[in-house]
Amino acid sequence: MAASVSFGTSPVPPRGGVGLKPEHYRTILDSAPDVGWFEIHAENYMGEGGPPHAYLAAIRARYPLSLHGVGLSIGGAGPLDKAHLSRLRALADRYEPALFSEHLAWSSHGSVYLNDLLPLPYTDETLTCVCDHIDEVHDAMARPMLLENPSTYVAYAETTMSEVEFLRAVVHRTGCGLLLDVNNVFVQAANHGFDPFDYLDAFPAEHVREIHLGGHAEDEDAGGAPLLIDDHGREVADPVWTLYAEALKKTGPIPTLIEWDNDVPAWEGLFAEAKRADAAIAAFRKSEMRP
Amino acid sequence: MDNEAAFARALLDAEAAVPEWIEGRDGGGAERRFSVYRNNVYASLVDVLAGRFPVSAKLVGDVFFRAMARIYVAKTPPDSAVLLRYGGGFADFVAGFPPATPVPYLADVMRLEWAWHGAYHSADAEPLPQEALAAFGPRAERLALTLHPSLRLVRSDYPVVTIWELAARDGEDEPVRLPAEGEDALVLRPALEVEVRRLPEGGAVFIQALQDGATLPEAAARASSSSPTFDLVASLAGLMRSGAIVGMGESA
Repeated sequence: MAASVSFGTSPVPPRGGVGLKPEHYRTILDSAPDVGWFEIHAENYMGEGGPPHAYLAAIRARYPLSLHGVGLSIGGAGPLDKAHLSRLRALADRYEPALFSEHLAWSSHGSVYLNDLLPLPYTDETLTCVCDHIDEVHDAMARPMLLENPSTYVAYAETTMSEVEFLRAVVHRTGCGLLLDVNNVFVQAANHGFDPFDYLDAFPAEHVREIHLGGHAEDEDAGGAPLLIDDHGREVADPVWTLYAEALKKTGPIPTLIEWDNDVPAWEGLFAEAKRADAAIAAFRKSEMRP
Repeated sequence: MDNEAAFARALLDAEAAVPEWIEGRDGGGAERRFSVYRNNVYASLVDVLAGRFPVSAKLVGDVFFRAMARIYVAKTPPDSAVLLRYGGGFADFVAGFPPATPVPYLADVMRLEWAWHGAYHSADAEPLPQEALAAFGPRAERLALTLHPSLRLVRSDYPVVTIWELAARDGEDEPVRLPAEGEDALVLRPALEVEVRRLPEGGAVFIQALQDGATLPEAAARASSSSPTFDLVASLAGLMRSGAIVGMGESA
Protein backbone atom coordinates (compact mmCIF):
# COMPACT_ATOMS: atom_id res chain seq x y z
CA MET A 1 0.00 0.00 0.00
CA ALA A 2 2.94 2.30 0.64
CA ALA A 3 4.40 2.23 -2.84
CA SER A 4 6.50 5.35 -2.43
CA VAL A 5 8.43 4.29 0.68
CA SER A 6 12.16 4.06 0.16
CA PHE A 7 13.77 1.18 2.02
CA GLY A 8 17.30 2.26 1.17
CA THR A 9 20.08 -0.18 0.58
CA SER A 10 20.39 -2.73 3.33
CA PRO A 11 22.96 -5.32 2.35
CA VAL A 12 22.10 -8.96 2.87
CA PRO A 13 24.43 -10.06 5.71
CA PRO A 14 26.59 -13.22 5.70
CA ARG A 15 24.05 -15.07 7.81
CA GLY A 16 21.25 -17.58 7.57
CA GLY A 17 18.16 -16.25 5.78
CA VAL A 18 14.76 -17.75 5.14
CA GLY A 19 12.52 -18.07 2.09
CA LEU A 20 9.46 -15.96 2.96
CA LYS A 21 6.14 -17.87 3.09
CA PRO A 22 2.67 -16.36 3.58
CA GLU A 23 2.11 -18.84 6.44
CA HIS A 24 4.75 -16.97 8.44
CA TYR A 25 3.92 -13.30 7.73
CA ARG A 26 2.15 -12.71 11.04
CA THR A 27 4.62 -14.62 13.20
CA ILE A 28 7.55 -12.73 11.69
CA LEU A 29 5.95 -9.35 12.29
CA ASP A 30 4.73 -10.25 15.79
CA SER A 31 7.86 -11.96 17.07
CA ALA A 32 10.58 -10.06 15.13
CA PRO A 33 12.88 -13.12 14.99
CA ASP A 34 16.63 -12.58 14.82
CA VAL A 35 17.03 -13.91 11.30
CA GLY A 36 19.51 -12.31 8.92
CA TRP A 37 17.32 -11.69 5.88
CA PHE A 38 14.47 -12.97 3.72
CA GLU A 39 14.19 -14.06 0.12
CA ILE A 40 11.05 -13.96 -2.00
CA HIS A 41 10.04 -15.73 -5.17
CA ALA A 42 9.45 -12.77 -7.43
CA GLU A 43 6.45 -14.26 -9.24
CA ASN A 44 4.45 -14.54 -6.02
CA TYR A 45 4.50 -10.74 -5.71
CA MET A 46 3.39 -9.90 -9.22
CA GLY A 47 -0.18 -9.28 -8.20
CA GLU A 48 -1.28 -5.65 -8.08
CA GLY A 49 -1.85 -5.30 -4.35
CA GLY A 50 -3.48 -6.91 -1.35
CA PRO A 51 -2.02 -8.75 1.64
CA PRO A 52 1.11 -10.13 -0.11
CA HIS A 53 2.40 -6.61 -0.82
CA ALA A 54 1.23 -5.19 2.50
CA TYR A 55 3.06 -7.88 4.47
CA LEU A 56 6.12 -7.83 2.25
CA ALA A 57 6.44 -4.05 2.67
CA ALA A 58 6.19 -4.38 6.45
CA ILE A 59 8.77 -7.18 6.55
CA ARG A 60 11.05 -5.38 4.10
CA ALA A 61 11.01 -2.36 6.41
CA ARG A 62 12.61 -4.56 9.09
CA TYR A 63 14.86 -7.00 7.17
CA PRO A 64 17.18 -7.05 4.16
CA LEU A 65 15.70 -8.74 1.12
CA SER A 66 16.80 -10.94 -1.76
CA LEU A 67 14.74 -11.27 -4.96
CA HIS A 68 14.74 -14.72 -6.53
CA GLY A 69 13.07 -15.22 -9.91
CA VAL A 70 11.77 -18.62 -10.95
CA GLY A 71 10.06 -17.79 -14.24
CA LEU A 72 12.44 -15.94 -16.55
CA SER A 73 13.51 -19.08 -18.47
CA ILE A 74 17.08 -17.87 -18.96
CA GLY A 75 18.11 -21.27 -20.29
CA GLY A 76 15.33 -21.25 -22.88
CA ALA A 77 15.99 -21.17 -26.60
CA GLY A 78 13.43 -18.46 -27.34
CA PRO A 79 13.60 -14.76 -26.50
CA LEU A 80 13.06 -13.60 -22.91
CA ASP A 81 9.58 -12.37 -22.04
CA LYS A 82 10.00 -8.60 -22.02
CA ALA A 83 6.83 -8.01 -20.05
CA HIS A 84 8.08 -10.38 -17.39
CA LEU A 85 11.41 -8.56 -17.26
CA SER A 86 9.64 -5.27 -16.68
CA ARG A 87 7.55 -6.80 -13.90
CA LEU A 88 10.79 -7.96 -12.27
CA ARG A 89 12.29 -4.52 -12.63
CA ALA A 90 9.23 -2.90 -11.08
CA LEU A 91 9.40 -5.28 -8.13
CA ALA A 92 13.10 -4.60 -7.65
CA ASP A 93 12.53 -0.84 -7.83
CA ARG A 94 9.74 -1.09 -5.28
CA TYR A 95 11.42 -3.31 -2.67
CA GLU A 96 15.11 -2.55 -3.29
CA PRO A 97 16.48 -6.07 -2.79
CA ALA A 98 20.22 -6.27 -2.17
CA LEU A 99 20.50 -9.52 -4.13
CA PHE A 100 18.79 -10.70 -7.30
CA SER A 101 19.06 -14.20 -8.71
CA GLU A 102 17.65 -16.54 -11.35
CA HIS A 103 18.25 -20.11 -12.53
CA LEU A 104 20.32 -21.88 -15.15
CA ALA A 105 17.19 -23.58 -16.47
CA TRP A 106 14.25 -23.09 -18.80
CA SER A 107 10.60 -23.09 -17.80
CA SER A 108 8.68 -21.75 -20.79
CA HIS A 109 8.36 -22.95 -24.33
CA GLY A 110 6.63 -20.67 -26.79
CA SER A 111 3.65 -19.29 -24.92
CA VAL A 112 3.42 -22.21 -22.48
CA TYR A 113 4.78 -21.88 -18.96
CA LEU A 114 5.71 -25.32 -17.61
CA ASN A 115 6.27 -24.36 -13.95
CA ASP A 116 9.41 -26.43 -13.50
CA LEU A 117 13.13 -25.71 -13.76
CA LEU A 118 14.08 -27.76 -16.81
CA PRO A 119 17.59 -28.76 -17.85
CA LEU A 120 19.46 -27.57 -20.92
CA PRO A 121 22.34 -29.11 -22.85
CA TYR A 122 25.73 -27.51 -22.27
CA THR A 123 27.01 -26.58 -25.73
CA ASP A 124 28.57 -23.56 -27.44
CA GLU A 125 25.15 -22.74 -28.85
CA THR A 126 23.32 -22.76 -25.50
CA LEU A 127 26.20 -20.88 -23.89
CA THR A 128 25.79 -18.05 -26.38
CA CYS A 129 22.06 -18.02 -25.84
CA VAL A 130 22.28 -17.97 -22.02
CA CYS A 131 24.89 -15.20 -22.11
CA ASP A 132 22.73 -13.09 -24.45
CA HIS A 133 19.81 -13.54 -22.07
CA ILE A 134 21.86 -12.53 -19.04
CA ASP A 135 23.15 -9.45 -20.87
CA GLU A 136 19.53 -8.55 -21.53
CA VAL A 137 18.61 -9.11 -17.89
CA HIS A 138 21.49 -6.91 -16.74
CA ASP A 139 20.34 -4.14 -19.06
CA ALA A 140 16.71 -4.41 -18.02
CA MET A 141 17.30 -4.74 -14.28
CA ALA A 142 20.20 -2.29 -13.94
CA ARG A 143 21.65 -4.48 -11.20
CA PRO A 144 23.86 -7.56 -11.21
CA MET A 145 22.29 -10.97 -11.43
CA LEU A 146 23.34 -14.16 -9.69
CA LEU A 147 22.90 -17.39 -11.67
CA GLU A 148 22.01 -20.54 -9.72
CA ASN A 149 23.45 -23.98 -10.51
CA PRO A 150 20.63 -26.45 -11.21
CA SER A 151 19.60 -29.88 -10.00
CA THR A 152 18.65 -32.18 -12.88
CA TYR A 153 17.37 -35.70 -13.42
CA VAL A 154 18.40 -36.29 -17.03
CA ALA A 155 21.32 -35.38 -19.27
CA TYR A 156 21.61 -34.49 -22.98
CA ALA A 157 23.58 -36.59 -25.46
CA GLU A 158 24.67 -33.40 -27.23
CA THR A 159 26.30 -31.83 -24.13
CA THR A 160 29.93 -30.99 -24.79
CA MET A 161 31.08 -29.33 -21.58
CA SER A 162 30.63 -29.86 -17.85
CA GLU A 163 28.18 -27.78 -15.86
CA VAL A 164 30.99 -26.03 -13.99
CA GLU A 165 32.80 -25.23 -17.26
CA PHE A 166 29.56 -23.82 -18.59
CA LEU A 167 28.97 -21.68 -15.49
CA ARG A 168 32.56 -20.42 -15.55
CA ALA A 169 32.18 -19.37 -19.17
CA VAL A 170 28.89 -17.57 -18.40
CA VAL A 171 30.50 -15.64 -15.54
CA HIS A 172 33.49 -14.76 -17.68
CA ARG A 173 31.39 -13.49 -20.59
CA THR A 174 28.58 -11.70 -18.74
CA GLY A 175 30.10 -10.65 -15.43
CA CYS A 176 27.16 -12.11 -13.53
CA GLY A 177 27.68 -13.57 -10.06
CA LEU A 178 26.75 -17.04 -8.91
CA LEU A 179 24.30 -18.48 -6.45
CA LEU A 180 25.68 -21.78 -5.21
CA ASP A 181 22.88 -24.17 -4.32
CA VAL A 182 24.69 -26.74 -2.21
CA ASN A 183 21.72 -29.10 -2.14
CA ASN A 184 21.64 -28.98 -5.94
CA VAL A 185 25.32 -29.95 -6.03
CA PHE A 186 24.55 -32.93 -3.79
CA VAL A 187 21.49 -33.94 -5.82
CA GLN A 188 23.35 -33.49 -9.11
CA ALA A 189 26.29 -35.59 -7.92
CA ALA A 190 24.05 -38.44 -6.77
CA ASN A 191 21.88 -38.34 -9.89
CA HIS A 192 24.72 -38.22 -12.39
CA GLY A 193 27.33 -40.19 -10.49
CA PHE A 194 30.14 -37.79 -9.61
CA ASP A 195 31.82 -36.60 -6.43
CA PRO A 196 30.16 -33.43 -5.06
CA PHE A 197 33.46 -32.34 -3.48
CA ASP A 198 35.13 -32.40 -6.92
CA TYR A 199 32.32 -30.21 -8.24
CA LEU A 200 32.86 -27.75 -5.37
CA ASP A 201 36.61 -27.73 -5.98
CA ALA A 202 36.09 -26.77 -9.59
CA PHE A 203 33.30 -24.24 -8.88
CA PRO A 204 34.43 -20.60 -9.26
CA ALA A 205 33.89 -19.80 -5.58
CA GLU A 206 35.22 -16.27 -5.92
CA HIS A 207 32.05 -15.33 -7.85
CA VAL A 208 29.58 -16.83 -5.38
CA ARG A 209 27.52 -14.17 -3.57
CA GLU A 210 24.83 -16.37 -2.06
CA ILE A 211 24.26 -19.97 -1.03
CA HIS A 212 21.03 -21.98 -1.06
CA LEU A 213 20.33 -24.94 1.21
CA GLY A 214 17.19 -27.01 0.83
CA GLY A 215 15.79 -30.47 1.42
CA HIS A 216 15.54 -33.31 -1.11
CA ALA A 217 13.64 -36.59 -1.35
CA GLU A 218 15.23 -39.95 -2.09
CA ASP A 219 14.11 -42.21 -4.92
CA GLU A 220 15.80 -44.46 -7.47
CA ASP A 221 15.79 -44.66 -11.26
CA ALA A 222 14.78 -47.64 -13.41
CA GLY A 223 18.27 -49.13 -13.09
CA GLY A 224 18.20 -48.93 -9.29
CA ALA A 225 20.64 -46.00 -9.16
CA PRO A 226 19.85 -43.28 -6.60
CA LEU A 227 17.63 -40.50 -7.88
CA LEU A 228 17.35 -37.52 -5.56
CA ILE A 229 14.45 -35.13 -6.05
CA ASP A 230 15.03 -31.47 -5.23
CA ASP A 231 11.64 -31.01 -3.56
CA HIS A 232 12.35 -28.32 -0.92
CA GLY A 233 9.93 -30.24 1.25
CA ARG A 234 11.94 -31.08 4.41
CA GLU A 235 15.03 -30.30 6.47
CA VAL A 236 18.43 -29.91 4.85
CA ALA A 237 20.05 -33.38 4.85
CA ASP A 238 23.12 -33.93 7.05
CA PRO A 239 25.52 -34.68 4.16
CA VAL A 240 24.41 -31.39 2.58
CA TRP A 241 25.40 -29.56 5.79
CA THR A 242 28.80 -31.29 5.54
CA LEU A 243 29.14 -30.14 1.94
CA TYR A 244 28.07 -26.63 3.03
CA ALA A 245 30.88 -26.49 5.62
CA GLU A 246 33.27 -27.36 2.79
CA ALA A 247 31.75 -24.70 0.54
CA LEU A 248 32.21 -22.04 3.23
CA LYS A 249 35.96 -22.75 3.20
CA LYS A 250 35.99 -21.69 -0.44
CA THR A 251 33.48 -18.84 -0.46
CA GLY A 252 34.05 -17.46 3.03
CA PRO A 253 31.00 -16.41 5.08
CA ILE A 254 28.20 -15.40 2.72
CA PRO A 255 24.39 -15.10 2.85
CA THR A 256 22.89 -18.58 3.14
CA LEU A 257 19.23 -19.22 2.42
CA ILE A 258 17.08 -21.99 3.83
CA GLU A 259 14.54 -23.02 1.17
CA TRP A 260 11.46 -24.91 2.31
CA ASP A 261 8.64 -24.44 -0.19
CA ASN A 262 6.48 -27.57 0.15
CA ASP A 263 4.93 -29.02 3.32
CA VAL A 264 6.03 -25.75 4.91
CA PRO A 265 6.55 -26.20 8.67
CA ALA A 266 5.69 -23.79 11.47
CA TRP A 267 8.03 -20.80 11.64
CA GLU A 268 10.17 -22.41 14.37
CA GLY A 269 11.15 -25.22 11.97
CA LEU A 270 12.56 -22.81 9.41
CA PHE A 271 14.08 -20.53 12.03
CA ALA A 272 15.97 -23.51 13.51
CA GLU A 273 17.49 -24.28 10.10
CA ALA A 274 18.56 -20.65 9.67
CA LYS A 275 20.19 -20.75 13.10
CA ARG A 276 22.01 -23.91 12.07
CA ALA A 277 23.42 -22.00 9.08
CA ASP A 278 24.45 -19.17 11.46
CA ALA A 279 26.18 -21.74 13.64
CA ALA A 280 28.03 -23.21 10.65
CA ILE A 281 29.21 -19.74 9.64
CA ALA A 282 30.31 -19.02 13.24
CA ALA A 283 32.19 -22.34 13.35
CA PHE A 284 33.91 -21.45 10.09
CA ARG A 285 34.98 -18.04 11.42
CA LYS A 286 36.32 -19.66 14.57
CA SER A 287 38.32 -22.18 12.56
CA GLU A 288 39.79 -19.32 10.53
CA MET A 289 41.08 -17.64 13.68
CA ARG A 290 43.05 -20.69 14.75
CA PRO A 291 46.78 -20.35 14.09
CA MET B 1 16.01 -25.13 -31.08
CA ASP B 2 13.80 -28.11 -31.88
CA ASN B 3 15.06 -30.00 -28.83
CA GLU B 4 13.13 -27.74 -26.52
CA ALA B 5 9.89 -28.23 -28.43
CA ALA B 6 10.29 -32.01 -28.32
CA PHE B 7 11.12 -31.92 -24.61
CA ALA B 8 8.09 -29.74 -23.86
CA ARG B 9 5.80 -31.93 -25.95
CA ALA B 10 6.98 -35.09 -24.17
CA LEU B 11 6.45 -33.35 -20.82
CA LEU B 12 2.82 -32.50 -21.44
CA ASP B 13 1.89 -35.68 -23.27
CA ALA B 14 2.40 -38.79 -21.15
CA GLU B 15 1.87 -40.94 -24.26
CA ALA B 16 4.73 -39.28 -26.12
CA ALA B 17 8.07 -41.08 -26.14
CA VAL B 18 10.99 -39.52 -24.29
CA PRO B 19 13.31 -38.09 -26.98
CA GLU B 20 16.20 -40.48 -27.66
CA TRP B 21 18.83 -37.76 -27.02
CA ILE B 22 17.68 -37.50 -23.38
CA GLU B 23 19.87 -39.72 -21.23
CA GLY B 24 19.91 -41.10 -17.72
CA ARG B 25 23.05 -41.83 -15.76
CA ASP B 26 26.09 -42.80 -17.89
CA GLY B 27 24.10 -42.49 -21.10
CA GLY B 28 21.47 -44.97 -19.89
CA GLY B 29 17.70 -44.92 -20.32
CA ALA B 30 15.81 -41.92 -19.04
CA GLU B 31 12.13 -42.91 -19.09
CA ARG B 32 11.71 -42.98 -15.32
CA ARG B 33 13.93 -39.96 -14.75
CA PHE B 34 12.03 -37.96 -17.34
CA SER B 35 8.80 -38.86 -15.58
CA VAL B 36 9.99 -36.81 -12.58
CA TYR B 37 9.65 -33.72 -14.75
CA ARG B 38 6.26 -34.83 -16.08
CA ASN B 39 5.02 -35.32 -12.55
CA ASN B 40 6.45 -32.00 -11.38
CA VAL B 41 4.71 -30.08 -14.14
CA TYR B 42 1.30 -31.66 -13.61
CA ALA B 43 1.41 -32.04 -9.82
CA SER B 44 2.57 -28.47 -9.25
CA LEU B 45 -0.07 -26.96 -11.52
CA VAL B 46 -2.83 -29.16 -10.10
CA ASP B 47 -1.68 -28.00 -6.65
CA VAL B 48 -2.00 -24.39 -7.78
CA LEU B 49 -5.59 -25.00 -8.91
CA ALA B 50 -6.52 -26.99 -5.80
CA GLY B 51 -5.19 -24.14 -3.66
CA ARG B 52 -7.09 -21.57 -5.71
CA PHE B 53 -10.45 -23.39 -5.58
CA PRO B 54 -10.38 -25.01 -2.12
CA VAL B 55 -14.14 -24.97 -1.51
CA SER B 56 -14.90 -26.39 -4.94
CA ALA B 57 -12.38 -29.16 -4.28
CA LYS B 58 -14.18 -29.93 -1.02
CA LEU B 59 -17.54 -30.02 -2.78
CA VAL B 60 -16.56 -32.74 -5.24
CA GLY B 61 -13.75 -34.36 -3.25
CA ASP B 62 -10.03 -34.05 -3.77
CA VAL B 63 -9.67 -37.08 -6.07
CA PHE B 64 -12.34 -35.93 -8.53
CA PHE B 65 -11.16 -32.32 -8.39
CA ARG B 66 -7.53 -33.20 -9.06
CA ALA B 67 -8.40 -35.53 -11.93
CA MET B 68 -10.51 -32.75 -13.47
CA ALA B 69 -7.74 -30.19 -12.88
CA ARG B 70 -5.20 -32.45 -14.57
CA ILE B 71 -7.34 -32.59 -17.70
CA TYR B 72 -7.68 -28.80 -17.62
CA VAL B 73 -3.90 -28.36 -17.23
CA ALA B 74 -3.27 -30.61 -20.25
CA LYS B 75 -5.82 -28.66 -22.29
CA THR B 76 -4.95 -25.17 -21.03
CA PRO B 77 -1.46 -24.94 -19.55
CA PRO B 78 -0.45 -21.53 -18.12
CA ASP B 79 0.63 -18.88 -20.59
CA SER B 80 2.53 -16.80 -18.03
CA ALA B 81 5.11 -17.38 -15.31
CA VAL B 82 2.83 -15.31 -13.09
CA LEU B 83 0.79 -18.22 -11.80
CA LEU B 84 -1.40 -15.82 -9.82
CA ARG B 85 -3.20 -15.41 -13.14
CA TYR B 86 -3.68 -19.11 -13.78
CA GLY B 87 -7.10 -20.71 -13.58
CA GLY B 88 -9.38 -17.98 -14.96
CA GLY B 89 -10.84 -20.32 -17.56
CA PHE B 90 -11.23 -23.32 -15.25
CA ALA B 91 -14.82 -22.58 -14.21
CA ASP B 92 -15.95 -22.33 -17.86
CA PHE B 93 -14.15 -25.59 -18.59
CA VAL B 94 -15.94 -27.27 -15.68
CA ALA B 95 -19.30 -25.92 -16.86
CA GLY B 96 -18.81 -27.93 -20.05
CA PHE B 97 -17.16 -30.97 -18.45
CA PRO B 98 -19.65 -33.86 -18.68
CA PRO B 99 -18.49 -35.77 -15.55
CA ALA B 100 -19.25 -32.66 -13.47
CA THR B 101 -22.87 -32.29 -14.61
CA PRO B 102 -24.27 -34.00 -11.47
CA VAL B 103 -22.97 -30.93 -9.57
CA PRO B 104 -24.54 -28.18 -11.68
CA TYR B 105 -23.61 -25.35 -9.28
CA LEU B 106 -19.90 -26.30 -9.21
CA ALA B 107 -18.88 -23.88 -11.96
CA ASP B 108 -20.56 -20.97 -10.17
CA VAL B 109 -18.84 -21.79 -6.88
CA MET B 110 -15.59 -21.81 -8.85
CA ARG B 111 -16.47 -18.40 -10.33
CA LEU B 112 -16.99 -17.14 -6.79
CA GLU B 113 -13.63 -18.52 -5.70
CA TRP B 114 -11.92 -17.00 -8.75
CA ALA B 115 -13.50 -13.64 -7.85
CA TRP B 116 -12.23 -14.06 -4.27
CA HIS B 117 -8.72 -14.74 -5.59
CA GLY B 118 -8.89 -11.73 -7.92
CA ALA B 119 -10.08 -9.44 -5.12
CA TYR B 120 -7.29 -10.68 -2.83
CA HIS B 121 -4.56 -9.72 -5.32
CA SER B 122 -6.23 -6.67 -6.88
CA ALA B 123 -4.91 -3.13 -6.65
CA ASP B 124 -5.48 -1.38 -3.33
CA ALA B 125 -7.65 1.72 -2.86
CA GLU B 126 -8.98 3.73 0.06
CA PRO B 127 -12.80 3.60 0.40
CA LEU B 128 -14.54 6.98 0.71
CA PRO B 129 -15.87 7.85 4.15
CA GLN B 130 -19.60 7.32 4.67
CA GLU B 131 -20.36 11.05 4.73
CA ALA B 132 -18.95 11.63 1.25
CA LEU B 133 -22.22 10.91 -0.50
CA ALA B 134 -24.23 13.39 1.54
CA ALA B 135 -22.02 16.23 0.37
CA PHE B 136 -23.05 15.45 -3.18
CA GLY B 137 -26.78 15.34 -2.49
CA PRO B 138 -28.04 18.27 -4.56
CA ARG B 139 -26.10 17.29 -7.68
CA ALA B 140 -26.89 13.57 -7.55
CA GLU B 141 -28.45 13.72 -11.02
CA ARG B 142 -25.08 13.51 -12.71
CA LEU B 143 -23.20 11.66 -10.03
CA ALA B 144 -20.91 8.85 -11.20
CA LEU B 145 -19.18 6.54 -8.74
CA THR B 146 -15.77 4.93 -8.94
CA LEU B 147 -15.94 1.48 -7.43
CA HIS B 148 -13.15 -0.29 -5.60
CA PRO B 149 -10.73 -2.09 -7.96
CA SER B 150 -11.18 -5.31 -5.97
CA LEU B 151 -14.95 -5.34 -6.53
CA ARG B 152 -16.29 -8.36 -8.40
CA LEU B 153 -19.79 -9.63 -9.11
CA VAL B 154 -20.80 -13.25 -9.43
CA ARG B 155 -24.38 -13.90 -10.59
CA SER B 156 -25.80 -17.36 -10.24
CA ASP B 157 -29.00 -19.31 -10.86
CA TYR B 158 -28.00 -21.30 -7.75
CA PRO B 159 -27.69 -20.11 -4.13
CA VAL B 160 -23.95 -19.84 -4.71
CA VAL B 161 -23.06 -17.83 -1.61
CA THR B 162 -24.97 -20.17 0.69
CA ILE B 163 -23.36 -23.24 -0.90
CA TRP B 164 -19.92 -21.65 -0.67
CA GLU B 165 -20.42 -20.74 3.00
CA LEU B 166 -21.72 -24.17 3.93
CA ALA B 167 -19.03 -26.05 2.05
CA ALA B 168 -16.25 -23.88 3.48
CA ARG B 169 -17.35 -24.79 7.01
CA ASP B 170 -15.60 -27.60 8.81
CA GLY B 171 -17.44 -30.00 11.06
CA GLU B 172 -20.29 -32.44 10.72
CA ASP B 173 -22.71 -32.15 7.87
CA GLU B 174 -26.21 -31.42 8.99
CA PRO B 175 -29.01 -31.52 6.46
CA VAL B 176 -29.69 -28.01 5.20
CA ARG B 177 -32.48 -26.53 3.17
CA LEU B 178 -30.95 -24.50 0.38
CA PRO B 179 -32.75 -21.42 -0.86
CA ALA B 180 -34.66 -22.13 -4.07
CA GLU B 181 -33.61 -18.86 -5.65
CA GLY B 182 -30.29 -18.00 -7.22
CA GLU B 183 -27.94 -15.60 -5.45
CA ASP B 184 -25.78 -12.74 -6.68
CA ALA B 185 -22.52 -12.19 -4.83
CA LEU B 186 -20.53 -9.04 -4.21
CA VAL B 187 -16.86 -9.82 -3.62
CA LEU B 188 -14.81 -6.97 -2.22
CA ARG B 189 -11.54 -6.30 -0.38
CA PRO B 190 -11.82 -2.79 1.09
CA ALA B 191 -8.64 -3.32 3.18
CA LEU B 192 -6.84 -6.64 3.73
CA GLU B 193 -9.80 -9.02 4.18
CA VAL B 194 -11.88 -10.27 1.26
CA GLU B 195 -15.60 -10.02 2.01
CA VAL B 196 -18.41 -11.87 0.23
CA ARG B 197 -22.01 -10.58 0.45
CA ARG B 198 -25.34 -11.55 -1.04
CA LEU B 199 -26.85 -8.77 -3.11
CA PRO B 200 -30.52 -7.86 -2.98
CA GLU B 201 -32.77 -7.92 -6.07
CA GLY B 202 -31.40 -5.64 -8.77
CA GLY B 203 -28.19 -5.02 -6.84
CA ALA B 204 -25.97 -6.77 -9.35
CA VAL B 205 -27.49 -4.90 -12.31
CA PHE B 206 -27.05 -1.62 -10.41
CA ILE B 207 -23.40 -2.28 -9.56
CA GLN B 208 -22.63 -3.59 -13.04
CA ALA B 209 -24.08 -0.38 -14.52
CA LEU B 210 -21.95 1.74 -12.17
CA GLN B 211 -18.88 -0.29 -13.10
CA ASP B 212 -19.67 0.37 -16.75
CA GLY B 213 -19.64 4.11 -16.01
CA ALA B 214 -23.37 4.85 -15.81
CA THR B 215 -24.47 7.81 -13.66
CA LEU B 216 -26.32 7.06 -10.47
CA PRO B 217 -29.79 7.76 -11.93
CA GLU B 218 -29.02 5.70 -15.04
CA ALA B 219 -27.77 2.76 -12.97
CA ALA B 220 -30.83 2.98 -10.72
CA ALA B 221 -33.12 3.01 -13.75
CA ARG B 222 -31.47 -0.11 -15.18
CA ALA B 223 -31.76 -1.88 -11.84
CA SER B 224 -35.41 -0.92 -11.41
CA SER B 225 -36.35 -2.11 -14.87
CA SER B 226 -34.74 -5.49 -14.19
CA SER B 227 -36.16 -5.78 -10.67
CA PRO B 228 -39.23 -3.72 -9.70
CA THR B 229 -38.37 -4.17 -6.01
CA PHE B 230 -34.91 -2.61 -6.42
CA ASP B 231 -34.24 -0.24 -3.50
CA LEU B 232 -31.81 2.51 -4.51
CA VAL B 233 -31.31 3.98 -1.06
CA ALA B 234 -30.61 0.64 0.56
CA SER B 235 -28.28 -0.47 -2.25
CA LEU B 236 -26.33 2.77 -2.18
CA ALA B 237 -26.05 2.68 1.60
CA GLY B 238 -24.88 -0.94 1.38
CA LEU B 239 -22.17 -0.05 -1.12
CA MET B 240 -21.04 2.89 1.00
CA ARG B 241 -21.00 0.84 4.20
CA SER B 242 -19.07 -2.03 2.66
CA GLY B 243 -16.32 0.30 1.44
CA ALA B 244 -17.07 -0.33 -2.23
CA ILE B 245 -16.90 3.31 -3.32
CA VAL B 246 -13.52 4.92 -3.75
CA GLY B 247 -14.40 8.00 -5.77
CA MET B 248 -17.30 10.11 -6.94
CA GLY B 249 -17.70 12.98 -9.28
CA GLU B 250 -20.00 14.62 -11.82
CA SER B 251 -20.09 12.75 -15.07
CA ALA B 252 -19.24 14.84 -18.10
